[in-house]
Amino acid sequence: MYNFSYQKVSSVADAVDAIKKADDGKFVAGGQTMLPTMKHRLASPSDVIDLGGIDELKGISVDGDTVTIGAMTTHAEVAASSDVQGTIPALANLAGNIGDPAVRNRGTIGGSIANNDPAADYPAAVIGLGATIKTNKREISGDEFFTGMFETALEDDEVITAVLFPKAEASAYMKFENPASRYAIVGVFVAKSGDIVKVGVTGATACAHRGLRLEKALNGNFAAEAVDEVEIPVEKMNSDIHASAEYRAHLVKVMTKRAVEACS
Amino acid sequence: MQTVSMNVNGEPKSGEVEDRTLLVEFLREQLRLTGTHVGCDTSQCGACVVHVNGVSVKSCTMLAVQADGGDVTTIEGLANNGELHPMQQAFKDNHGLQCGFCTPGMVMSAIDIVNRNGSDVDEATVRKELEGNICRCTGYHNIVKAVHAGAKNMGG
Amino acid sequence: MAENGVGASVRRKEDHRFLTGKGSYTDDLNVVGQTHAYFVRSPHAHATINNINTSAALAADGVVAVLTGDDLAADGIGPLICGVSVTSDDGEPHRAPVHSALAQGKVNYVGDHVAVVIAETLTEAKDAAEKVEVDYGILPAVTDTATAADDGQEQIHEVAPNNQCFNWPFGDKAAVDAAFESAHKVSSLDLVNNRMVTNPMEPRAAVGEYNSGTEEITLHLTTQNPHVHRLVMSAFNQLAPEHKLRVVGPDVGGGFGVKIFVYSEELVVGWACRKVNRPVKWTSDRTEAFLADAHGRDHVAHAEMAMDENGTFVAMRVNTTANLGAYLSTFATMVPSYLYAFLLAGQYSTPLIYSEVKAVFTNTAPVDAARGAGRPEATFLLERLVDVCAEDMGLDPAEIRRRNFIPVDAFPYQTPVVQCYDSGDYNAALDKALALADYEGFAGRAEEAKSRGKYRGIGISSYVEACGIAPSAAVGQLGAGVGLWESAQVRFNPTGNVQVFTGTHSHGQGHETTFAQLVTEQLGVPIENIEVIHGDTSKTQFGMGTYGSRSLAVGGVAIAKACEKLIEKGKKIAAHALEAAVGDIEFSDGNFTVAGTDKTMNIAEVAFNAYVPHSYPEGLEPGFDENAFFDPMNFSFPAGTHICEVEVDPDTGVVEIVKYSAVDDFGKLINPMIVEGQVHGGIVHGVGQALLEGCQYDSDGQLITASYMDYAMPRADNVPSFDVDYAPTNPPHNPLGVKGCGEAGAIGAPPAVINAISNALGIKHIDMPATPENVWRAAQTATS
Repeated sequence: MYNFSYQKVSSVADAVDAIKKADDGKFVAGGQTMLPTMKHRLASPSDVIDLGGIDELKGISVDGDTVTIGAMTTHAEVAASSDVQGTIPALANLAGNIGDPAVRNRGTIGGSIANNDPAADYPAAVIGLGATIKTNKREISGDEFFTGMFETALEDDEVITAVLFPKAEASAYMKFENPASRYAIVGVFVAKSGDIVKVGVTGATACAHRGLRLEKALNGNFAAEAVDEVEIPVEKMNSDIHASAEYRAHLVKVMTKRAVEACS
Repeated sequence: MQTVSMNVNGEPKSGEVEDRTLLVEFLREQLRLTGTHVGCDTSQCGACVVHVNGVSVKSCTMLAVQADGGDVTTIEGLANNGELHPMQQAFKDNHGLQCGFCTPGMVMSAIDIVNRNGSDVDEATVRKELEGNICRCTGYHNIVKAVHAGAKNMGG
Repeated sequence: MAENGVGASVRRKEDHRFLTGKGSYTDDLNVVGQTHAYFVRSPHAHATINNINTSAALAADGVVAVLTGDDLAADGIGPLICGVSVTSDDGEPHRAPVHSALAQGKVNYVGDHVAVVIAETLTEAKDAAEKVEVDYGILPAVTDTATAADDGQEQIHEVAPNNQCFNWPFGDKAAVDAAFESAHKVSSLDLVNNRMVTNPMEPRAAVGEYNSGTEEITLHLTTQNPHVHRLVMSAFNQLAPEHKLRVVGPDVGGGFGVKIFVYSEELVVGWACRKVNRPVKWTSDRTEAFLADAHGRDHVAHAEMAMDENGTFVAMRVNTTANLGAYLSTFATMVPSYLYAFLLAGQYSTPLIYSEVKAVFTNTAPVDAARGAGRPEATFLLERLVDVCAEDMGLDPAEIRRRNFIPVDAFPYQTPVVQCYDSGDYNAALDKALALADYEGFAGRAEEAKSRGKYRGIGISSYVEACGIAPSAAVGQLGAGVGLWESAQVRFNPTGNVQVFTGTHSHGQGHETTFAQLVTEQLGVPIENIEVIHGDTSKTQFGMGTYGSRSLAVGGVAIAKACEKLIEKGKKIAAHALEAAVGDIEFSDGNFTVAGTDKTMNIAEVAFNAYVPHSYPEGLEPGFDENAFFDPMNFSFPAGTHICEVEVDPDTGVVEIVKYSAVDDFGKLINPMIVEGQVHGGIVHGVGQALLEGCQYDSDGQLITASYMDYAMPRADNVPSFDVDYAPTNPPHNPLGVKGCGEAGAIGAPPAVINAISNALGIKHIDMPATPENVWRAAQTATS
């Protein structure tokens, strides 16, 4: 790891202030992706600004049909939260299957979403549930937040403060894990409320996205077999040694079907 | 450089570290607590698992400065007056270790599993939750047995 | 049986220190004044080195030295060697390119060693390593095993035309070809034995110290064989004379073969500590381990079996290409030759076998022994081929094996491929395994699985291996540069406790317990008073180390022989003290007794008398401390049948191992708990190869699977718990009746798993690793 200057801040305002002053500063949340990247010398920020001491970014609350999760809430806390389990159990389940237990004790929802790894789990839920990302500057809809591989709508001095998840009548997340890294080769989050079905897909392409073709098929007929006829564009799929584009496209359908079945 | 202070295995410890010093480096190089091991550089093998503020973390994926002010427990801090922790004893009784390299992290993760899932945790859960700890020697069979035995002893 | 003696599942003596964080692994060691080494490695698979500019690195903070291959050559440090000779079909020895520990003029794989930076801290060494400027002339890379020797390929080494190390035929080709001509049926199979990265959890490390007063180098190493490291580094690398080089292998965190070899880094650390006259420490990170540890396996083969109308094997023909990587590692040539072709008979009485092995160089990491070494490759090929034979003949896989097994009354059995098996009962192991696996009930389980949309399959693998590696005469004839006996010293201290010095090395196998059990059984000394010492050339007599499941079968016997000598001497001492004739002294349970009387003397008292010989037999040397060496007459031949049952999800291709049964013949078990642990670990190593682990280079020679993010290691949720049992036979050559158990699982498991998947899908073959995508593709055409 290259050296850097570490600062722990206790408020969002201080965090913004610190990053503005830094040459090439980076926020660190749980650090479960950032630190390994830095250890391999693939990132060399001049300043690392730790958001871990900001109490206003932590915690889970439920208000009517909305679950609000503070950006610095760990995956373990989301998984274990009775509020989340009671409102959107699929979200608790998703959080409880990110990485491994030790990673879940450090990794945070804000960090995961801001990093936007194409194989991360949370983006599927953000998109599938139609969540809203709240920052120190504004609110961004889930559909507009993820803009490309490791890219988001966040500005350099913008800090995610919380993620607001609307409750769905039924929802489920199905992940097909990379046998080595255990990241999602394909992860599909299906949420149904009334006649509206939303599908968030991660792992399959350069960036998590809405499965609009899948939604269209499921809106009329919320059943696993409705997915059979959907054509998944193979040319947009990621391809690597673990899964070809064709296999990924197939898995998108299989995971969607399984998620639909788990909803009912 | 920064000064860090933390409780390690119940004793206050402090030291001067570079900002980039990892918690595992601080434990191994400065405190000479070499029971915590480093087996990979991608946060997957789990040989470095310790408890920080009561929960398992990968000490290779946390800066020493991030543990400042915290409570850290390493494998060296488990035995009590020479008596093995029930999980350590269970690993010995069930031959849950061979070369011993993954063992400290495995035991720390095992205790964390029992803390979260209780003493009657089932085999599938144990296997799933050991996902972040790799062992090349044992084939996991006896580790899983050991975690169950340790869970019972901890619960008893 | 003595308490804690032979046959008892004694809890391990070594566990307390490992469980309390008190193990002492090489990287745990820090020496006053220590510097840190970091290697500049080639980012290219194949390139000339036009220039190395070290000036910026030398000027960097904390840098003590930057050393290159030129410095190494100037100091007369010899190249790394391969210790086993194989004669090629042109009558010439295998081609052995010069392998300098730091490259001289050319690099041949990604991770190859270009220079070493030595600095006050590791981070300073890493920072400075980035400042070493290397001007490379990039050359095309050769990475593919099957085509490496084809015409027109880039030539890697001048001494090895067509990138060929050797082409080694074995067997009576004319007779085999004739048998194929007249065969009732010929079954054939093309298969790949996938390259693996061995991955013990402790990465390699070295700490070198030079004492300028005594001119002695002490090298703490992650080694499976400290004396072999010392011998090679002295005799071939001219690092230091043997008596001025101490090699210490402290606690070692797993080996599986990969810590047998003499590597660049360890040799460079030993050399550099003298050159800079400061202690030097180097610890591999996992990425370096992936790049530069010796890899394992990597064969491409075509196999054919000729059968008569009953499905009796009449001849076998095998053509194999083995990838040895960029240079020859320490025992590289032996693995795809003697440890492979000589095991191709397996458990069968096939009378004629012809094998041709072509070994090739590629721009990849060197390939050498890895858990099983050659025997897994032979077993995978044979046991897969046997299943194809069964299918072609319309026979049950169990039945075709039975029809061809070497019968129990045929031992000792001379195979057509050199090995003479001393003992075995292959039907007994098969029958027991079939019962354990409920083979009869499989059809019902498959039916039930089908109702859930899953394909269920069952696979049998009946393996035999040659281990207890020794005997010296045999390996010498084959071209090994060393003898393969083992040594022991059993030393009583005057106060009656015992130190056992063994030339083997324990890195997870539990020798400190198993060997103590042997001694407590034989000498009657309580196990807590016995300490087993290994792994330090300044403490223990010369020994050959641990690999090839040899430690108990060879080293254990040496210990037993030393104990026998102590008993013989003790009888003389006791006879004198008890005023009886030596011939009247009997020894049992730690007591020397005058036959037919109650006059008795404990062995601890005898030891005391030997060190305080005030009243002592005339002419007898004082002291109670004996050495023994053991060089066996033959290898040992563990064997067994493993049965794997899988369930395949045809929608995703995911394979779940639902049941795994292993019945092995290891001869007598000294500590059943430890043996069972070895079986479990071996099985999962084999399951890893079959389902998960596939090391891949791209066509430019970049290692794609260079971390645990891309190289899938088996984890707890990939495997079930196992059903393990035994069907022992007595090996007449081995005085302890033991055969060895460390590699069996890794040998037996891969074909059991792949046979099960092939059975589930109704396909002829699927290559390893049977990844979900590959299985899913195969399932598209499945007939199940």
